[in-house]
Amino acid sequence: MGFFKQLLRNKLALMGGIVVVILFAVSFLAPIISPYNPDTINVKEILMPPSRQHPFGTDELGRDVLSRMIWGSRISLKVGFVAVGIAVIIGVIIGAAAGYYGGWIDDLLMRFVDMMLCFPSFFLILAVIAILEPSIYNIMAVIGLTGWMGVARLVRAEFLRIREMDYVKAARSIGASDLRIVFRHILPNALNPVIVAATLGVAGAILTESALSFLGIGVQPPTPSWGNMLTAGKNNMEIAWWLSVFPGLAILVTVLGYNLLGEGLRDILDPRLKER
Amino acid sequence: MDGNRAKLHTMIAYLSKRLVGMIPLLLGITLISFMVIHLAPGEPTGLATDLNPKITAEVRQRLRAYYGLDKPLIVQYGLWLKRVVFLDFGNSFAPDGRPVIDKIKERIPITVTINVLSLILIILVSLPIGIYSATHKGSLFDHASTLFVFIGFAVPTFWLALLCMMLFGVHLHWLPISGLRSMSYPHLSAMGKFWDLTKHLLLPVLISAFGGLAGFSRYMRSNMLEVIRQDYITTARAKGLSEWRVIYVHAFRNALLPIITILGFSIPGLIGGSVIFETIFAIPGMGQLFYNGVMARDYPLIMGMLVIGAVLTLLGNLIADISYALADPRIRVS
Repeated sequence: MGFFKQLLRNKLALMGGIVVVILFAVSFLAPIISPYNPDTINVKEILMPPSRQHPFGTDELGRDVLSRMIWGSRISLKVGFVAVGIAVIIGVIIGAAAGYYGGWIDDLLMRFVDMMLCFPSFFLILAVIAILEPSIYNIMAVIGLTGWMGVARLVRAEFLRIREMDYVKAARSIGASDLRIVFRHILPNALNPVIVAATLGVAGAILTESALSFLGIGVQPPTPSWGNMLTAGKNNMEIAWWLSVFPGLAILVTVLGYNLLGEGLRDILDPRLKER
Repeated sequence: MDGNRAKLHTMIAYLSKRLVGMIPLLLGITLISFMVIHLAPGEPTGLATDLNPKITAEVRQRLRAYYGLDKPLIVQYGLWLKRVVFLDFGNSFAPDGRPVIDKIKERIPITVTINVLSLILIILVSLPIGIYSATHKGSLFDHASTLFVFIGFAVPTFWLALLCMMLFGVHLHWLPISGLRSMSYPHLSAMGKFWDLTKHLLLPVLISAFGGLAGFSRYMRSNMLEVIRQDYITTARAKGLSEWRVIYVHAFRNALLPIITILGFSIPGLIGGSVIFETIFAIPGMGQLFYNGVMARDYPLIMGMLVIGAVLTLLGNLIADISYALADPRIRVS
């Protein structure tokens, strides 16, 4: 059965996929669909509850919450994909080297993975952010640099399994170079678990970014991100519930979407793990 | 008697092997932490002091001496490591200028207590959910718990904290929303003190447990499904044992083993998460200390927290390994 046919049959994955597609559409169409300029300050309409003009209300500077959420989706999209891209590249290189060469290279790289896993990743991220400036680029880099260990372990395990297969031995016997065997023969067959891990990783990166921005060490205002919008929600907790509810719902739905899609992809791409 | 002593001996041998194995990991952790300070362009003290108006030329000189910045990197690392072995992380940049290790030490009990309480809560709630979903696969309860799991994975902890504060603190006035103690704490009776602490800890513990609940009930469910398929469970049923005995005695123990390992893996996440909920609820633990340190660019404190956080994780993993060895007869000997 074709990949897309299977995806359409898996209801949860389909729901996740639809959420992800809508998110892409919203962030690409942000300039067209957002009802107001997200940065326009309007002192006459400060902290207005949801109404016909402002479906999700306005914030403490009178800016339209819905418009800011629409623009904020771009941040989530960027952070999710760039951070996970970095993590996947590092993870694949380290996992492939460890799994393909084995021996002391494997030992050394896997001990390094163990060490990285000892750090509470949020601690590592905070420490690096404290040294560099908090900005969206640093956030993406740091989330990527502290999140590759899972991918490395997956890729290594796949490589250990695949490198013993007959077709790899055949490739080696006809004199194919290591690079050719790794990238041409093994990697394409080791990618399925990586695709699943990357999809779930996007969800994790979005959660981390929103937490950092909420704490004031992520995306800096006035750039709207769902996390830093919730900071305003906390500051106006007693009087403006809408500032806390809607941006958080956006994070929840987005993360849920990527997680459902990831789980669905796992069922399709990795049938061995179906029960889990 | 002799058997017990032999067991004790193997246990001690196993423990010492594990402890020795931790040494290279500890070295690596300190090396990574050291490299993180040197990520900064220029001198770490330069960046720290430029951005911190309270730092005088004299303090800057002291810092240079502390990090040995005039020496080659490898020597610098050696010198720093020598101090770290004795838990000397230097003095905080904060106005009080106290030794970093003292500041961290007084915060550890609070964070560890909250994390242990939430781990206990996670286990007490998620294991029954996992077992029941597995033994009633496809039932309404199973579907509901799967839905709960997916939502649990997707809810940002800090948002949940925010909503709970709004609901239980601001609107219903049931629970306090910040700190560990009320103003009137010193005047309360012993029972009143306990109740006051409980009320303050309730939301933080529930919220730090929430994310883990989803993960653990999911793992327990899949472990249980795996175990139920095994031959020895069929044998136990064939012997005519009651279903209750089959599930809770024979299957449960075996399904529990992988959970112990995952408990160990979840420790860094819990410690890291403490930054979020301690900041939100203004709880004076390690997470809040670290957050304040980051905001003030208090370098010695950040480095100290990084090393201590990783060491706590290592200790947590060690405890998980020991529990595993105690629970699984196959591992005991090796």
